[in-house]
Amino acid sequence: MPRGDSRQPAAPGDERIHAVRLPRPGRWVAAAVIIGLLALFLYSAATNSAYQWSTYLQYLLDRRISQAALITIQLTVIAMAIALVVGVASAVMRLSDNPVLSGVAWLYIWIFRGTPVYVQLVFWGLLTSIYQQVDVGIPFVVQFTQLDTESWLTPFSAAVIGLGLNQGAYTAEIIRAGVSSVDDGQREASVALGMSWAQTTRRVIFPQAMRVIIPPFGNEFIGMLKTTSLVIAVPFTGDLYTQSQQIAAVLYRPIPLLLVASTWYLAITTLLMIGQHYLEKRFSRGVAGTGAQARNGSTAAEEPAELPITDGR
Amino acid sequence: MSERAILERAGQATQPMVRAQDVRKSFQDTEVLKGISLEVQTSEVMCLVGPSGSGKSTFLRCINHLEAVDGGRLYVDGTLVGYDERDGRLHELHPRRAAAQRRDIGMVFQRFNLFPHMTALGNITEAPVRVRKDSRRAATEHGRELLERVGLGGHASSYPSQLSGGQQQRVAIARALAMRPKLMLFDEPTSALDPELVGEVLDVMRSLAESGMTMIVVTHEMGFAREVGDHLVFMDDGVVVEAGSPRSVLTDPQHERTRSFLSKVL
Repeated sequence: MPRGDSRQPAAPGDERIHAVRLPRPGRWVAAAVIIGLLALFLYSAATNSAYQWSTYLQYLLDRRISQAALITIQLTVIAMAIALVVGVASAVMRLSDNPVLSGVAWLYIWIFRGTPVYVQLVFWGLLTSIYQQVDVGIPFVVQFTQLDTESWLTPFSAAVIGLGLNQGAYTAEIIRAGVSSVDDGQREASVALGMSWAQTTRRVIFPQAMRVIIPPFGNEFIGMLKTTSLVIAVPFTGDLYTQSQQIAAVLYRPIPLLLVASTWYLAITTLLMIGQHYLEKRFSRGVAGTGAQARNGSTAAEEPAELPITDGR
Repeated sequence: MSERAILERAGQATQPMVRAQDVRKSFQDTEVLKGISLEVQTSEVMCLVGPSGSGKSTFLRCINHLEAVDGGRLYVDGTLVGYDERDGRLHELHPRRAAAQRRDIGMVFQRFNLFPHMTALGNITEAPVRVRKDSRRAATEHGRELLERVGLGGHASSYPSQLSGGQQQRVAIARALAMRPKLMLFDEPTSALDPELVGEVLDVMRSLAESGMTMIVVTHEMGFAREVGDHLVFMDDGVVVEAGSPRSVLTDPQHERTRSFLSKVL
């Protein structure tokens, strides 16, 4: 430690480095070009009369539009609920040792993933003419009652079933991948503790699979929101896109109403993204990254996570 | 029937905790266990050693029916594992009864297998609450005692990812103990640990042995086997090659295979 020592502080680690930052002119140029182009586009959009912004503003909060948005949300949520139930069932069936169960699940996924959702929606719309009546009873023996399909398979329910069953095939694969991603040691440890198959699945496998399932499932949820614009194939006309186009047809102004519909789709997507963010956070508990901060912090900060355990007194 | 009753009564006093009779197990065409017979008495510690692939882990997994045996009989505390013997035939156990058998047998894995989405305490209380239907409060109290016992009293709310390997394995031991098992199985509990963390896990196991727990330990830690083990079994290629007191097997092996294995690990 010769002369240099006198200039250094007591410990070299005490002083933070304040280095001169490397100039990065390329970044500034790129940013400037992009901002310039964006400004030009916004200027043209604001001044181009084809966009008819006054019509846009007039119909943005129109009751028919907000009603249609609500119906679109209903279509999305119910279809995804069906997809989740069907998807979980087919994923469990596909992972089953029973060749009949896994074969049937494979067949379902093959058909519903292998044909266009638009075609499937048309089919569901035609179901009432294919099966006009459904007999309830023991086949070829007794008939308890006869149901008129027309009366319960409304266009709305046909749309929801069509969307849900199509999506269920994709969801099954997402769930299967999620379950397969959980280390087999987890199942073993759980079984070795005497937990049943159901307890192991629900308490150990499922929460860990969720981490892998949620991002693609969130994606599919957002995708479903937009796929609902195809329900005219059934035909069901209550959704956001069809309603906006019906208004546009009367006004002869398709562009501002396309913008209105797009604004609503974007707004709903944003809400879904926020929900997804919180779900992901909820199911990433205990995973390195979120844990690293807590390790340095006090254990007191972690205490809330433990509440459910101490709660039960 | 009467013969069995007499046998059972006679066995009461000295009934071994684990009794294996000619246990066999194959995976596809490979026979992994070629007739293992051994006994572990209550409160004994048996160490299973041998080269990898010798079948010692498979045997351990057969004891709590994580693997089903193909031949022979395996009894834990006098009860046949995994099957019911009626009318001269073996019947597969309903999963519920197989699970009930596992309840009393704790298992510690090489790679800990803690549940990453639960805190240390959550890992420990899960099975008592779900399987034994203990009250949440009693399970938590017992769980905290166990954490204290493995020297992790301050880590109840830590997630596994926040703990070192040695700490995780100690939580895993506490998790197994939470079911108040009568037998503990250890499957190479220190093999996945950094060398400096091995000691803390072995210390916990040593104190567990001193408390009278019956233990079967698959291990490469010959020092532990010598100090803590009551019996040492050397397995190779699916058979028991040599068994005896750890001291005699380790210092005076009778078989060539034992000698050559020990010369590599000691």
